[in-house]
Amino acid sequence: MSSGARGRARAGLVATLAWTAVSAPGAGDIPPQDRRSGIEFTTPAVQAMQRDDMSNPAMLAVLDGEALWDRPAGRANKACRDCHDNADRSMRGVAARYPAFDTASGRPIDLQGRIQACQTRHQRADAFALESSPLLALVSHVALQSRGLPVAPPDDPRLAPHLANGQALWMQRMGQLNFSCSQCHDTHWGARLGPALIPQGHPVGYPIYRIEWQTMGSLQRRFRNCMSGTRAEPYAWGSPEFVDLELYLTHRARGMAMETPGVRP
Amino acid sequence: MLDLEARALLRVPAKARRGEIVEIRTMVSHPMETGHRTGPDGRLVPRDIIREMVCTYDGQTVFRAELFPAVSANPYLTFDLVATRSGDVSFRWTDERGRSMTRSARIEVE
Repeated sequence: MSSGARGRARAGLVATLAWTAVSAPGAGDIPPQDRRSGIEFTTPAVQAMQRDDMSNPAMLAVLDGEALWDRPAGRANKACRDCHDNADRSMRGVAARYPAFDTASGRPIDLQGRIQACQTRHQRADAFALESSPLLALVSHVALQSRGLPVAPPDDPRLAPHLANGQALWMQRMGQLNFSCSQCHDTHWGARLGPALIPQGHPVGYPIYRIEWQTMGSLQRRFRNCMSGTRAEPYAWGSPEFVDLELYLTHRARGMAMETPGVRP
Repeated sequence: MLDLEARALLRVPAKARRGEIVEIRTMVSHPMETGHRTGPDGRLVPRDIIREMVCTYDGQTVFRAELFPAVSANPYLTFDLVATRSGDVSFRWTDERGRSMTRSARIEVE
C-alpha cells in the first residue's frame, strides 16, 4: 500500500470513528446533501400522480380520514374533533415528530399506535386494527397536515436505546438471502434490483398508496415487503422491532420534507 | 372496505367560456376486486366491481364507460367536454349489484 493510500485509509477510518462517536444516527452512510426521497426514483407518471391531489388515490383515504375525525365513537361517544378540534391546526407537524416516547407503555409509539391508544384511552372504543383501512385513513388525514414540513424526530433521551436498536436492526443481515436493509438502501441506492431502482428508504411519504398493492399501506407493510423479499420472517404488526426501525429511519431522514400521502409503484 | 360511503375526487372547472374545451377528471374509491384473487383463507374473494360510469351535462348523457375486472382499484376516468351552457355535470357510478353513487358539480358558462 502506498503511503498516500494508507493515509486515505486512515482518514477514512478516523471519519468512520468520528461518525460512530457522534452517532446520533444522522444520515446513515448517505451524506445529508445526497439524501433523496423515494419519489425521485419513480417514473414521471408516478411523480405526477403524487403531485396532483386530484389524481393521487391516497387522497381518497384522506377524505375517509376527515370523515372519521368528526365521527363520535366508543363509550365516551367522543370524536377526534371533540378534543383536537380542526386537524389542520392541531395536527400540523405532529406526524413529523413520530415515533415518540409513550409514557404509559414506556416505549416509543408510532402514529398508528398513538391513534389506537387514543381510541382505547379516550374514546373508550375498540381500536381499529393495525393496517386496517379506517386506521390508515385517519393516519393519512393526520399526516397530511405535516406535508412540506421537515421530519423532526424528538430528541428524547428515553428514546436512545430504541434508536440504537433500530439502527442495529437496520444493519442486521437477515433471511435466506442474508441481506441487511443497509446493504441495499445505504450502499446500493440508485442501482437496480430487477427492473426497479433501489431507493434510499426515507419514510417521508407514509402512509403511501402503492400501485402494486392497489391500496394504502404503512411503513410496516413496506418493511414486511422487503423482509419477505430477503426471505426473512417478517416481524409481527406493531412489534417493538418495527417501531424501533421506524424511529431509526425518521432520525436518518431528519430535516427532509414530508410528502404524505405518497404514491409509489 | 370501509363502512363509509365511497369517496370521489372530481375536477370540473367552475367557470368556462362558451365553446371552450374543458378537461374533466374523476376518481372514485372502490377496491375493484377482480374475483380471481384468493384471500388469506385460500378461498376466492368474490368479485366486486363498478360496472358503469355515466356523466350527464345539463341532463344529457355526454360520457359513458363500461368497466371490467381488469380496471384498477379506484378507477380514474378523464375526458374532455365542450362547455356549451351553464349546468350541472353529474356522475353516476353503478356496481354490479345495481347500487349506485352520484356526485355533481356546477359549471358556469359565460
